[in-house]
Amino acid sequence: MSEAKIPLWEVFIRSRTGLAHKHVGSLHAADATMALQAARDVYTRRGEGLSVWVVPSAAIVASDPSEKDMMFEPTGTKIYRHPTFYEVPEEVGHM
Amino acid sequence: MATTTSIEVPDTPLLGYVLRRADDALVLGHRLSEWCGHAPTLEEDIALPNIALDLIGQARSLYQYAAEIDGTPGRTEDDFAYLRDVGQYRNCLLVEQPNGDFAATVVRQVLYSAFIDPYWRTAIGSKDATLAAVAAKSAKESAYHVRHAGEWLIRLGDGTAESHRRAQAALDDLWLFTGELFEVDATERALIAAGIAVDPETLRAEWNRTVDEILAEATLTRPVDGWMQSGGRSGRHSEHLGYILADLQHLQRTYPGATW
Repeated sequence: MSEAKIPLWEVFIRSRTGLAHKHVGSLHAADATMALQAARDVYTRRGEGLSVWVVPSAAIVASDPSEKDMMFEPTGTKIYRHPTFYEVPEEVGHM
Repeated sequence: MATTTSIEVPDTPLLGYVLRRADDALVLGHRLSEWCGHAPTLEEDIALPNIALDLIGQARSLYQYAAEIDGTPGRTEDDFAYLRDVGQYRNCLLVEQPNGDFAATVVRQVLYSAFIDPYWRTAIGSKDATLAAVAAKSAKESAYHVRHAGEWLIRLGDGTAESHRRAQAALDDLWLFTGELFEVDATERALIAAGIAVDPETLRAEWNRTVDEILAEATLTRPVDGWMQSGGRSGRHSEHLGYILADLQHLQRTYPGATW
């Protein structure tokens, strides 16, 4: 079977309220057109989105899970980076 | 609650017309639903039932309208689907053809969708407000069905030697059912003149163009128009429809009015 050779794609959807496309899952498709079609069919069945992106999974460069201590641990102690010390005026509303 | 196991449908032009459209949608929707759990890929296993649900939704709207036109007290959309015999179904023969291999399903879908998509787009201008509303909703769905099936057919035809052979065989097998799509009888002719029904002849050029473009890209050969099979519109069906209705109707006919 040639099924194993069908490329994997990552699917991103922008919902009607959201500002950015969010990763929702992945699928197999022979090419970009079919990937977009399958993404629509599989991931937007309940009105999830107004825009769909598909990206070849092979095009994504990912961090190595075994390096997570080096990559992400050091920020854990830098709580001063969170802007939690400011009073947000009422009029500003949601930031 | 229905307690009969069979209904008779009044023979009025508008009702007959609505049932032709509704039966096409229900029978093709049922056929596609048979792929659920059996499609060649997971993605397609969701995509085909999606299309089936679009079609069954269209059928429901049309059967609801049929019940209204029929006027028999207590008659509902379900009665038309569950309690009519084979000879009362008015769908074209194309939609009841077996799923076959995936290529046969895709070819059947291309041939039907390329017809019904411009059909619904034109029917948006119908003088019948209900039909115009159903058409407006259905046209968005059918536009995607053309795209979905068309892209698949292009890849099957222009794919491997085997997929090409299967797609061409399906096309050759199903071609003789395409003539019936454009068939019109005297009662439908009157509805066309009244601005209620769509004249399918006006859609032939677009159907040809859509099908030819897909076939060209798919490197498939368009079969020569020869003898065309018909009969579905007057209730003369292939044996396949009986099996579909046995699946669809046995519960309601064995336990009339059953609900769950």
